[in-house]
Amino acid sequence: MAETLIEARRLVKHFESRGLFLKKKNTAAVRAVDGVDLAIAAKETVGLVGESGCGKSTVGRLFLRLLEPTSGQILHKGRDLMSLPPKELEARRRDLQIVFQDPFGSLNPRMSVGAIIGEPFAIHRLAKGAERERRVARLLDLVGLPRAAADRYPHQFSGGQRQRIGIARALALEPQFLVCDEAVSALDVSVQAQVINLLQDLQRELGLTYLFISHNLSVVRHISDRVAVMYLGRIVELADADTLFKAPAHPYTRALLSAIPPGHPRAKRDREKLKGDVPSPLAIPQGCRFAPRCRFAVERCRSEDPALSIIADGRSVACHLVADGSLAVPPRSSPNSGAAA
Amino acid sequence: MSSLDTNLAHEALPERQSPFLLFLRRLSGNRAFVIGGSLFLIVLVLAVFADQIAPFKPGANNFRARLEAPSAVHRFGTDHFGRDILSRAIHGGRLSLFIGLSVVLFTGVFGTLIGAASGYFRRLDNILMRIMDALMAFPAILLAITVAATLGASVQNVILALGIATTPHTARIVRASVLVVREMEFVEAARALGASHMRILFRHILANAMAPLIVRLTYVFASAILAEALLSYIGVGPPPPAATFGGIIANGRDFMVEAPWVTLFPGLIILVVVLGLNLLGDGLRDVLDPRIRV
Repeated sequence: MAETLIEARRLVKHFESRGLFLKKKNTAAVRAVDGVDLAIAAKETVGLVGESGCGKSTVGRLFLRLLEPTSGQILHKGRDLMSLPPKELEARRRDLQIVFQDPFGSLNPRMSVGAIIGEPFAIHRLAKGAERERRVARLLDLVGLPRAAADRYPHQFSGGQRQRIGIARALALEPQFLVCDEAVSALDVSVQAQVINLLQDLQRELGLTYLFISHNLSVVRHISDRVAVMYLGRIVELADADTLFKAPAHPYTRALLSAIPPGHPRAKRDREKLKGDVPSPLAIPQGCRFAPRCRFAVERCRSEDPALSIIADGRSVACHLVADGSLAVPPRSSPNSGAAA
Repeated sequence: MSSLDTNLAHEALPERQSPFLLFLRRLSGNRAFVIGGSLFLIVLVLAVFADQIAPFKPGANNFRARLEAPSAVHRFGTDHFGRDILSRAIHGGRLSLFIGLSVVLFTGVFGTLIGAASGYFRRLDNILMRIMDALMAFPAILLAITVAATLGASVQNVILALGIATTPHTARIVRASVLVVREMEFVEAARALGASHMRILFRHILANAMAPLIVRLTYVFASAILAEALLSYIGVGPPPPAATFGGIIANGRDFMVEAPWVTLFPGLIILVVVLGLNLLGDGLRDVLDPRIRV
């Protein structure tokens, strides 16, 4: 594997409800992210999947330090973003950018598209006047928008076009690492494909590294080199996209993938329906957080929290049973045709 | 397939259309705004060109024409010094509007600063808003009377008094809309780009949080004119011989039965200005906030 570009170590983010005057003691914190380790190599795409509320967006924001972690480190090229002085953090921000989910909310409605895409140059005093306009035009070319878009306003564009504007803005500072937080989820399927192709083309041309956050498994399978599955604030499985989708190891991943509808209506499939609901992140179960819903769970699962550990073929799984071999990893042949071609 | 050359983004672009032009177009279609704006504009033009329009000097005494009823010469009649009410009202509008505008500026600047600071810098919120709450605990007009009476009757003190009385509410309104806008994704995008607090606050948050403030300011304008009239009436407004709407009415108080025109006409003008400003504000509110349009 290529060298690590950015890495999360024991990343924790708890949201506490605070009282008006006094810090209330004993109030349970929402444990949105509860000990995440994830290393991302340069120029790879890591998909991050999970149900709503499992903390995947929070992880994305923590990577850029848009949120302050409760504890843990973010190492960017070996330096901890948490301990950087503000000045240096601002400079590093140029390397780390984000594309948002909502193409309507992520663009300031009072600014023209040229002003939106040109703002990064203004903030970092990189270019102004004609030079800024030239660079904005180049970015518009890059994301496949006409140059004349620069003096229009966001409300004049469709969702897909706005998402291109958001991508152009994120690319203005020539970042190496891009968090795509549900970047295509709000778009129509045909437009999704266009934006995904754009992201892949840009990755090839500019050598970008992606953390691709999505609940859409087909999209993730299509775009990712490796995939991390999150459950209740923790990564439960991390593997090559192919390995993970063909032979999921963790019981949660198996259930998650079996929810993908098959390509053919009469195709046979084994649905693994999960019992119960996701527990509240306010009250995470003891032991393995998936144990209450896991059909394989044994006594040990309810008392001991499994760590994410490497098993065979380079994948990491947080499950006692997989780790000690008592739950066999299915062979890689099991067909699953949910992915987009 | 490369999306760089095959994409639908090259569809014909719509005409260039700034949000501001769109806003103007919608405003011109709003009846309340057009009527209110016209009423206000008439009074404004009269006040600005008072020297050219007024038939007499506002302070010119004429003891042979005291308390004269409205006539072809004195269309609004005269007061007990024989001064032309029409001319005084036109000139009075100048001072009243000046006071109103100054109060709007005062509350606009301080209300925005305080509201923005407590909405954006959450640490300041509790301190600033509790101070505003304390000020709001007094009825605004009582607070204004107290300040004006303590500092003495002068134009500046009336402005200061009304400014202090109207700022807490303005700050609340600004704070509320800052709280809404600060959670929007484009604000987070600006932070991800490394924008400074000031840039985020002014370019991104306040630029999108102005609508309620603008509406509030038109109401402040109207109520400042009304409040100034009240202060003048009870004798803590700008001292005579300065003519304001309230001052003229106060002068006519003793002759209300024999010469009702002295109080009637300035009162009607106040009515027109305040009505105009309120309609203007209603129109602005309807256009700026489509959600509460009926």
